Amino acid sequence: MNQDAVKDLLVRMADDVLILAHRHSEWTGLGPVLEEDIAFSSVAQDKLGHAQALYAILHEHFGMPDPDVMAFGRAEADMRSCHFVELPNGEYDFSLVRHLLFDAAEYVRWSALRESSFEPLAKLAHKIQGELKYHLYHAQTWIVQLGSQGSEESKARMQSALNTAWPYALGLFESRPGDADLVATGFFPGEDALRAEWEVLVQGILAKATLTMPHDHAAVLGGRDGYHSEFLAPLLVEMTEVYRIDPSAQW
Amino acid sequence: MATIVSLDPRVTRMEIEQDPGSAPEPKAELDQFPTFEVFHQERTGAHHVHVGSVHAPNADLALLLAKEQYGRRGQTVNLWVVNTRDVVTMSAGDADIFATTPEKTYRDVGAYMVRNKVEAYKKQQGEQKS
Repeated sequence: MNQDAVKDLLVRMADDVLILAHRHSEWTGLGPVLEEDIAFSSVAQDKLGHAQALYAILHEHFGMPDPDVMAFGRAEADMRSCHFVELPNGEYDFSLVRHLLFDAAEYVRWSALRESSFEPLAKLAHKIQGELKYHLYHAQTWIVQLGSQGSEESKARMQSALNTAWPYALGLFESRPGDADLVATGFFPGEDALRAEWEVLVQGILAKATLTMPHDHAAVLGGRDGYHSEFLAPLLVEMTEVYRIDPSAQW
Repeated sequence: MATIVSLDPRVTRMEIEQDPGSAPEPKAELDQFPTFEVFHQERTGAHHVHVGSVHAPNADLALLLAKEQYGRRGQTVNLWVVNTRDVVTMSAGDADIFATTPEKTYRDVGAYMVRNKVEAYKKQQGEQKS
């Protein structure tokens, strides 16, 4: 097994979901209606759990630092999240569109990982299958509602948020040098294959929502090499504030 | 104009004016979503039990939001949602129609002593077999 390639894949998956969990959690207490506030916060908690599970695999099987250190103890340049998850929440329209595009990607990725040749990852994929199905259901229901059953304003806002998010969302599928080895050993199907499947899934949902899928955009890249958007550094300061007071504290 | 500085950085970021000058516009009446009643099923085959309500613009969203409000803790296999307007109910003032006069014991199960008859029947059946 190409250990470096595996670490690269799992770290970038975990970092994406960690950072987005933090962004989602920023809505807690500020959501549009009480019920949705609770639902969205719950999604954020699920996401955090997925990040923790991935960091735990990295710790147990690949000798990386424990999950807390991975999540809170790394410098910005050591993070591997893509710019898409780093962007501020903006209005709820953008947060929902990002939720849809990200969770469609997670659904496709983890569905494929159920067949992974790496057993701990395949097991985790089975374990979180229900949560991911729910996350996609949650995102899809809102997008279809606001796209096809809302007002002119809601539809226009969803389309505008979608156009903004699209090039960033493509950054989720940045291929890495070690990926070929992982594809060859059946570890995962590769970013290009995942992206193709994701586009079909997203296209179907957007059609139901009467929204138009953007195309011919270049992906916004850089995060996988440690070059981040201007929004990550302040997020890390806020997210790690308590941890940094005393990294050795037992909770 | 000074803005609110909170221990919660999210609130600080909103740059809410400390002294807005005028009172906020009152909300229009009935601008909330309607309510849907939620019924929760714990096991396959069990009754759906009424557990509360959610605010939602339509049934699809009500079902989605009910999942988190009523299905995230404890065992759940299914949920129903019903628009509160579709629930047909009696007036609370009519509760007295359920109060029946107490002397009609012949309407209560407890008024019938059948055990003796059952035992006599069993005995009779036993005798016939032997």
